[in-house]
Amino acid sequence: MAEAQNLPVGSTTAGSVAVAAESTVATRMSAPPSFDVADFPVPHGREEEWRFTPLDRLKGLHDGTAKADGALKAEIDAPEGVTVESVGRDDKRIGKAGTPVDRIAAQAFSSFEKATVVSVPKEQVLDQPVRVTLHGEGGTTFGHTVFDIGAFAEAVIVIDHTGDAVRAANVDFIVGDGAKVTVVSVQDWDDTAVHVSQHNALVGRDASFKSVVVTFGGDVVRIHPRVNYAGPGGEAELLGLYFTDAGQHQEHRLLVDHNVPHCKSNVVYKGALQGDDAHAVWIGDVLIEAAAEGTDTYEMNRNLVLTDGARVDSVPNLEIETGEIVGAGHASATGRFDDEQLFYLMARGIPQVEARRLVVRGFFAELVQQIGVKDIEERLIAKIETELEATV
Amino acid sequence: MATLEIRDLHVTVEADNATKEILKGVDLTVKQGETHAIMGPNGSGKSTLAYSLAGHPKYTITSGSVTLDGEDVLEMEVDERARAGVFLAMQYPVEVPGVSVSNFLRTSATAVRGEAPKLRTWVKEVKEAMERLNMDPSFAERNVNEGFSGGEKKRHEILQLELLKPKIAILDETDSGLDVDALRIVSEGINRVREGGEVGTLLVTHYTRILRYIKPDYVHVFAGGRIVESGGAELADQLEAEGYDKYVKGGATA
Repeated sequence: MAEAQNLPVGSTTAGSVAVAAESTVATRMSAPPSFDVADFPVPHGREEEWRFTPLDRLKGLHDGTAKADGALKAEIDAPEGVTVESVGRDDKRIGKAGTPVDRIAAQAFSSFEKATVVSVPKEQVLDQPVRVTLHGEGGTTFGHTVFDIGAFAEAVIVIDHTGDAVRAANVDFIVGDGAKVTVVSVQDWDDTAVHVSQHNALVGRDASFKSVVVTFGGDVVRIHPRVNYAGPGGEAELLGLYFTDAGQHQEHRLLVDHNVPHCKSNVVYKGALQGDDAHAVWIGDVLIEAAAEGTDTYEMNRNLVLTDGARVDSVPNLEIETGEIVGAGHASATGRFDDEQLFYLMARGIPQVEARRLVVRGFFAELVQQIGVKDIEERLIAKIETELEATV
Repeated sequence: MATLEIRDLHVTVEADNATKEILKGVDLTVKQGETHAIMGPNGSGKSTLAYSLAGHPKYTITSGSVTLDGEDVLEMEVDERARAGVFLAMQYPVEVPGVSVSNFLRTSATAVRGEAPKLRTWVKEVKEAMERLNMDPSFAERNVNEGFSGGEKKRHEILQLELLKPKIAILDETDSGLDVDALRIVSEGINRVREGGEVGTLLVTHYTRILRYIKPDYVHVFAGGRIVESGGAELADQLEAEGYDKYVKGGATA
């Protein structure tokens, strides 16, 4: 089911469909999930979960040398009815949606001082997004944020990351039964920033969760969105968009764990790369456990390589422990901006720069339209334009 | 009056780690209002001529010249040639995923005309041009050439021809793969553009079939990378009856 087309030099696409009694997704991690950083060995870089990541650029987040010496300006704009609390790590909502799966996530958990809990009461339908603005003012910070969305509530959450920071964080989404949540996380950091974050979503019965991860900035960004289901009938849509420039490392690792019956998941990540040593990594793990009959899942990653010198590693991985499912598939393709496409457009009088812009805009347009948050869509289109202007 | 002059054009292509000469001295003059049919067997180089004129990077010009009203076409980038008035209707137009036909046409018209067409008149212009080519309005919202049938691709090429109004139209095997109805519709489109008298047309074809709809002023037989015989429309009738055998076996491809 994996397809790989038009592979340019410097890209890899690997895919696998495994039918296994024991999960290799779990076993190929260096250590089982834990809230304690001491349970994880310091990575040396050859581990499966670290082999694509430039450890030497993580500013010590991975080996315990990073100290919480920085400042991050956080602003939360919450519509009426939404509560924002600052709590200690003994609060029982913390960690409910998921447990750190690697050393940096555990480091973040072990190091944060106060966690923020944003709650939307049950049945509350928000007519304005919850906006969280995190602006790095230099140095290292650790964070933990929980979004607790009550049953049948509806909310849009926008988390914006800007400025300069070394940031390790966990972000939890507890999605109540029948709730509808859209989360947009924008990584628009300065080019010096390092950002490693695990997103844990626990999707309630008949709830729907849409995650949109948008990465433009940063020196190293590694985001790890994970989905678990608390009951049948849940739906998760994980959308991602990245624009990787020269020297940047942008890594998105996804896991959808179908552990209960009759849930859906759909993963679509698209990225464009340009410039020397631009490196994008996409890991898409989907598990269909033996109990998860009636699962319907699809994951796709597409990359558009605009210049020489960029590298993509794309690894979809689907593990199926029951055959009683509606559908399961994955696709990964990395293509170069095609000379024939360029010729066709230029032969119609369209200058090269404009032709490139037309194609990239087209590549992302369909995905952007699926976000469903108007001002974010407009901002992304504008941002893509800016990135393209920097191209030539 | 617009004139395309091709003089002693030699073109090579890289294939299998070797350089192969495809065009071996082409001479041709196409004036505004004239229609020239370039006919020849497969592999004679006639499509290479078409793509070389448009500036496809695969082909290397080793000698000769091409001018449009005295301007050196070979010095121009692909997009500059198009803006100077050279249009190539392609035999195999490529898919451009994510780019809608309407967006593509408007971007192209803006580039070629030097300013964005006024939205209201533009919408009407496109709608009418599409109606003339029997194209459903929903076509405009599809992605360029994506999932188009052979006939749809060719209609889309001729739609662009009608909207961009070039000085020189090079039509590469526009008739290939079309059924009789589609051939008629496409030919009528080409004739509408020709009737304006503003365009010089270079009709590259393997078959004489399209010449029943489009009457050429000149017919050139292309073999072995150059023009081996030129005549009027009657030369096409002769090719229809006798085929290309005499040009191929006569050693012109050697």
